[in-house]
Amino acid sequence: MRRARVAYSGAIHEAIERNGQIQLNDGRIVSEKEVVWLPPVEPRTVFVLGLNYADHAKELSFTAPTEPLVFLKGPNTFIGHRGQTRRPNDVTFMHYECELAVVIGRGARKVKRDNAYEYVAGYTVANDYAFRDYLENYYRPNLRVKNRDGCTPIGPWLVDASDIDDPMNLTLRTYVNGKLTQEGNTKDMIFDIPALIEYLSSFMTLNAGDIILTGTPKGSVDTKVGDEVVTEIEGIGRLANTIVGDDTFTKDAAKENWAKHLSQL
Amino acid sequence: MSKAIFKLRGKHLIEEANVNVLKRTVELDGKQYGTEMLSFDAPVSGTVYGVLLNYKGALHTLGDAVNQPPYKEPPKAPILYIKPVNTYSGNGMPIPLPEGVEELEMGAALGVVIGKPATRVSTSQALEYVAGYTIVNDVSIPHDSVYRPAVNQKARDGFCPIGPWVIERDAVANPDQLRVRVFINDEMKQENTTANLIRSVSRLIVDVTDFMTLNKGDVLLVGVPEKAPLAKAGDRVRVEIDELGCLENTIVPESELTGGVAL
Repeated sequence: MRRARVAYSGAIHEAIERNGQIQLNDGRIVSEKEVVWLPPVEPRTVFVLGLNYADHAKELSFTAPTEPLVFLKGPNTFIGHRGQTRRPNDVTFMHYECELAVVIGRGARKVKRDNAYEYVAGYTVANDYAFRDYLENYYRPNLRVKNRDGCTPIGPWLVDASDIDDPMNLTLRTYVNGKLTQEGNTKDMIFDIPALIEYLSSFMTLNAGDIILTGTPKGSVDTKVGDEVVTEIEGIGRLANTIVGDDTFTKDAAKENWAKHLSQL
Repeated sequence: MSKAIFKLRGKHLIEEANVNVLKRTVELDGKQYGTEMLSFDAPVSGTVYGVLLNYKGALHTLGDAVNQPPYKEPPKAPILYIKPVNTYSGNGMPIPLPEGVEELEMGAALGVVIGKPATRVSTSQALEYVAGYTIVNDVSIPHDSVYRPAVNQKARDGFCPIGPWVIERDAVANPDQLRVRVFINDEMKQENTTANLIRSVSRLIVDVTDFMTLNKGDVLLVGVPEKAPLAKAGDRVRVEIDELGCLENTIVPESELTGGVAL
């Protein structure tokens, strides 16, 4: 089954896919353009893998890691399907990263790889945008690169684990304005899904609803304001996102200070 | 007396009460209770963000290494990390010592609790977004390199005791002038002050919210002073911060805990 969280007609709903349409939990059937798509799981603890595809590590001129390179994201960075992501004016290189997202289904501690899939609820698609201009060599990649508001689209669907025969053999593709720019396969991960669950749960508790973004293959190119970026994983879904500029976001501390100053005159 | 918010274990309600920071007492239903008589949960519910190298001494300790590989240059923007929800713990709860680890770093941190969504706030308004302040022990497995994110070293279960309470913002005269001390088995092991922060509390809020929103209930740790004291199994650790009180926890080997608590 494919599950979603959507806003429709003034409320937030759990929903499922039904014959290409969306059925809300109250039974109403609506079209996918009528809803606002939310992340299919409310993010809490979210792990992200860096350099988890050998070809991407090479592309970024890194040797592949011997231990998973993991960082965390906060809830502020996630947005749903058809959302907008901001490209700051001062950025010269902003790239997408199409990633298979693994959603944990139940509490996991010290899980062995042979049992790891028992802890998976399902899969979705994530786009882990990066802003290379902001990279610094401390706890790299840091949150200024990876945890900006609305910079991690995720969705549209959470696909039940039982619907995916082999999550380690899925094609990932990214299209910018309809043109294919990234293509890879989950079989090329350095640390596969069972390895990641075994690794993380070896030192901390994973909870239901936690998400692991498993890294991206090669093929990252710069994206500009106005671009439509579609990240797609075979059998999981097609996640669309549009890049917008600073002018969409009118909040500016300096302007606010000025407004406050004027109001006090 | 200061106004504070806290959470008693097993109770869903966040209490709002008067506390005496020096006497370590809470007033409930007209009676005074010592904090040692109460069981606390972490008094916050949002995301906890830590900041690396925000004490002048901590950056200084790295010395010229900041100009050498892999760092190559000193940090420019605030360096953040996340303490995920499995790390949250309350006053009096054990800090699990993982198998095969001898000592843990006690990271004494002032926690700034956010009161309303803060996005690109200005310096003069930054403190308006603060609900209050709390004490956090940002526990880590010692690690020298800060090149790669330290999830393995910082995100273990129970590695982020918080509390016992959140003291309301206006009860704290100046968050940039608070003495921070760590005691292990009642012996003072560290003393520093938030006056030594590279980015003051308001500056930190400005620089962080420049690229990400801090939401109501989120906690921004202002940093951990240099030379974090090490604690081993059985040690009783107390982090004290002026005007906020103290947060006390004991290091217990993971193997002696059941579900994170000592039965």
